[in-house]
Amino acid sequence: MVNAINDALDIKLKEDRNVVVYGEDVGVEGGVFRVTEGLQMIHGAERVFDSPLAESGIVGTAIGMAIAGMRPVVEMQFCGFIYPAFNQIISHASRMHNRSRGVHKTPMVIRMPYGGGINALEHHSESMEAIFGHIPGLKVIAPSTPHDAKGMLISAIESDDTILFMEPKRIYRAIKQEVAEGKYTIPLGKANVLSQGKDVTVVSFGAMIREVQKAIVMAKEAGISVELIDLRSIYPIDKETIAKSVKKTGRIITVTEGPKSFGLGAEISQIAIEEAFLHLEAPPARVSGYDVIVPLPKGEHHYMQDPLKIFYEIEKIVKY
Amino acid sequence: MFKEYNPINNKEFQILDHKGKVVAKEMMPPIKDDELLKAYKEMLFARTADLQIVSYQRQGRIYTYPPNYGQEAISGAVGALIKDSDWLVPAFREMGAMLAKGVTLKELFLYFMGYEDGSKFSKAKKTLPISVPIASQLLHAAGLGYAIKYNKEKDLVYAFVGDGGTSEGDFHEAVNFAGVWKVPVIFIIQNNQYGISTPTRMQTASDNLAVKAIAYGVKGIKVDGNDYFAMYKAIQESIKVCEAGEGPVLIEAVTYRKGAHTTSDDPTKYRTKEEEEQWDLKDPLKRLKSYLIAKKIWSDKEEEKVIEQYKVEVDRQFLEAENYGPYPKEDIFKYMYAEMPDDLKDQEREYERFMEWKAARAK
Repeated sequence: MVNAINDALDIKLKEDRNVVVYGEDVGVEGGVFRVTEGLQMIHGAERVFDSPLAESGIVGTAIGMAIAGMRPVVEMQFCGFIYPAFNQIISHASRMHNRSRGVHKTPMVIRMPYGGGINALEHHSESMEAIFGHIPGLKVIAPSTPHDAKGMLISAIESDDTILFMEPKRIYRAIKQEVAEGKYTIPLGKANVLSQGKDVTVVSFGAMIREVQKAIVMAKEAGISVELIDLRSIYPIDKETIAKSVKKTGRIITVTEGPKSFGLGAEISQIAIEEAFLHLEAPPARVSGYDVIVPLPKGEHHYMQDPLKIFYEIEKIVKY
Repeated sequence: MFKEYNPINNKEFQILDHKGKVVAKEMMPPIKDDELLKAYKEMLFARTADLQIVSYQRQGRIYTYPPNYGQEAISGAVGALIKDSDWLVPAFREMGAMLAKGVTLKELFLYFMGYEDGSKFSKAKKTLPISVPIASQLLHAAGLGYAIKYNKEKDLVYAFVGDGGTSEGDFHEAVNFAGVWKVPVIFIIQNNQYGISTPTRMQTASDNLAVKAIAYGVKGIKVDGNDYFAMYKAIQESIKVCEAGEGPVLIEAVTYRKGAHTTSDDPTKYRTKEEEEQWDLKDPLKRLKSYLIAKKIWSDKEEEKVIEQYKVEVDRQFLEAENYGPYPKEDIFKYMYAEMPDDLKDQEREYERFMEWKAARAK
């Protein structure tokens, strides 16, 4: 996935001089995860560069550039470091278009590795999509494969809106996949049905997709047929795909990494209720984190969603 | 001293030069030989531990770790002067100061092995936990300073940040608040030349970092952070300023991160061997050692002997941490609130039911 994201950035840097890439350590070093490796060599330090260590500064300046017609792609080094920039995101990036009645656009992408399962230090493992999905005016997307990462990032850079691009760092290098050369896009806001099934719908995104896929194998052995929806886009959310699937299966489980309360799972369950109430055969179920801080590595297994925990819920909802 | 070393002039305060020769005798703080040896040994212990931790990490026995290697004199000087009743507000590269406050190596090991228990600091209650979000801790220091002043106490706050951290808004807000309130906080910037891969010259257009004090109306000084005596003297003078109610003070300690940013980092990507060798000549421990040997109160032989002892001690505490045992599931829930909400209790029970199902299934 690291290579696919790098490729997307390279393609957009080549074809659009308004695109610039910056953030902490993204230039010379090529990012702490090496996502931007080599881009400064190819495109120069005026277009791919290291910024001072200040997340609010990074996002705030990107807003200015975007208003002036550029298309900045900025990096937050880790999800837990985005909060100094939260003010710029929630007070300006998400509001400028509305505030100016469409006069000022903020076409920018904020890239941010997110999620746990990598034995990291504090603040390096969160999955706070719900916080960002809750901000009116912001779009939030997250790929689950290298192929999606490339096409979605290109679409994001070409979008006239501000987009938070959440990168599942746990699977940065875990999935080997042939990625098509050259430019292609994946439309934003559309979910992807990864596997067809008839007994239960599972909705997830990002790094959790792989965990769900393992649970689906276990379910199959137990004679349960699962339909898997990869959201791809957290906001806007693809209601139509979710509703269509629930009408077919009658059961829905969400699998997310973030804390449970006020999370994405609740939002999706409500969509199922609103759009397919009469088809539901069991209450929508959530597999999520608990309402606790992601524990340090020695305790992280108590928090993370694993295939067994997902299978446990699948079995429960089918027996309901 | 703060007048003479006004950071506007970009003059660096030094007492012991790179070769271990005293170049500013009149500034030399009166430190007794046994105290000096104690401080040197503590720095040596910190370095021994630090190097050993990196090797444990390479063996996969501990997770990501940010080495202190090359920056020991800064923490060493703070460690010598900080009182039990003072607050220590660390960033994450202040091992020596933390140990001096009573944090144990075992606790630090636990933390970097992935146990929150490593932040309990049972014998160092006035040391805050390591702060990962850069510079955010400095505002807490200003608040602690306010509490000290409010309660008419005599204590001080020692707060750390790196060079990269001076770019964050929180750094500026903290120094500004502390300045407005005139609270007893010594802010210490460990300018180790890099914020991960980004050199200090790309963090600021200022000639130095201490100069930022001027705009906030507080005293600032740029110090050779690899010079134990200069650091000691600068802190001593800062204590006087704070005790006179004229704090805070901003100290820029110029040093070099001889190791990587963390064990996940590869410095060969962004700096040269020549540069590393240049800075190696300015190493804080080598410098002090030359001074001690010239003074005939220390020898290579003694050094070898204590290092062997330290290695054993470091290993002992490491093994204790390694055998700390499993992480009980209650621990992810029970510290979340002073009073746990019922819903969270339900979530814990839900987890228990899953664990029971899992155990039954395994049979």
